Amino acid sequence: MKLLTHNMLTSKCMKAVVTGYPLTIQARDVKVSEVEFNQDFIARIIPKIDWECLCRAAEQLGHLEDLPKATPDNYETDTDFLKKAHHALLEIEIINGDLVCPETSRKFPVTDGIPNMLLNEDEI
Amino acid sequence: MSSIRRPEHQAPPEIFYGVDEAEKYTNNTRIMQIQAEMSERALELLALPDEPCYILDLGCGSGLSGECIEEQGHMWMGLDISQAMLDIAGERELEGDFACSDLGEGLPFRAGAFDGAISISALQWLCNADKSFHKPHKRLYKFFSTLYASLSRGSRAVFQFYPENSDQVEMITNQSMKAGFTGGLVVDFPNSTKAKKFFLVLMTGGSQPLPQGLGQEESHQSVGARFESRREKYKNMRGKNVKKSKDWILEKKERARKKGLDVRPDSKFTGRKRKDKW
Repeated sequence: MKLLTHNMLTSKCMKAVVTGYPLTIQARDVKVSEVEFNQDFIARIIPKIDWECLCRAAEQLGHLEDLPKATPDNYETDTDFLKKAHHALLEIEIINGDLVCPETSRKFPVTDGIPNMLLNEDEI
Repeated sequence: MSSIRRPEHQAPPEIFYGVDEAEKYTNNTRIMQIQAEMSERALELLALPDEPCYILDLGCGSGLSGECIEEQGHMWMGLDISQAMLDIAGERELEGDFACSDLGEGLPFRAGAFDGAISISALQWLCNADKSFHKPHKRLYKFFSTLYASLSRGSRAVFQFYPENSDQVEMITNQSMKAGFTGGLVVDFPNSTKAKKFFLVLMTGGSQPLPQGLGQEESHQSVGARFESRREKYKNMRGKNVKKSKDWILEKKERARKKGLDVRPDSKFTGRKRKDKW
């Protein structure tokens, strides 16, 4: 699971949860792979990203590296920044671990890179 | 319609799409081709801007439609309930990401996360109550309302699906309208049993004109000649065309065209007799 996906996921489908964001990561295996850099896409997705959440997620995985704390004003043309964002969003992957709901501490397991968001009858 | 051949009558999706069924989606080229055609049409109906977008694929299965999205240069994220299908998708080295989730429980995403959503042959599964606590209309409403929230304003969601009867179509469209979507059903090749395809095109943010289905003539009411129906009646009074005549052949070709079949164009040679010596 990429951090882009983690940035979008919430646990608000559960009955008792109001926002359910951001999910805490407890990773066991993390993989860093190479993904083709698409500058247009990254520039377009940046406004949708919760940057603080991304930084925290990267930190939890120990891959914060030199990711800036905030997005610069002219990020669309800042190729260097976009490349760092690309690395954090698409190249760092959680293979095994758990996503933990911040409100109920319910764990959503991640196995082979696929998070399981299925709920039980009493949680809907 | 026969009910025996409908997979959703046989077992819930997470069980029906087990290891055996999932394997078919990697080996059967016919399934793959049909899926690819439908995904391309769905993307066309999605009318995305000419820049890379972030698309949600609902009921992504083994990621066949995701492949089409990638080909068009977009990024995607897939949801499916079947773990076996997702395992195969994981092996295919696709760019997109997946999660295992039941659409009827609502979508686990932040508001405005996606630029569009497509779904190929998944929606009809939500019309069934597979567990005692399932209520199809409630599940559909939950699904559509959370989908509405996770799409950015002005974007669309396109669903290709196989409705079992008109009641299902009504239930699905009613729940989607209740959730705030505008739009409606687009039917491709309505005159053909085989090529007929249903697409539910849902739009957020204001009503836009619904796209036209394939294999249909322009609508008659708006610009058609006023007395066409009467003229049509006189034409039919003369009876059917003589078999093997040029008119008969042209009519037959027209019928095949409406079904979306591959038909040779009409020319001055159409319906001409060949020389005897041939």
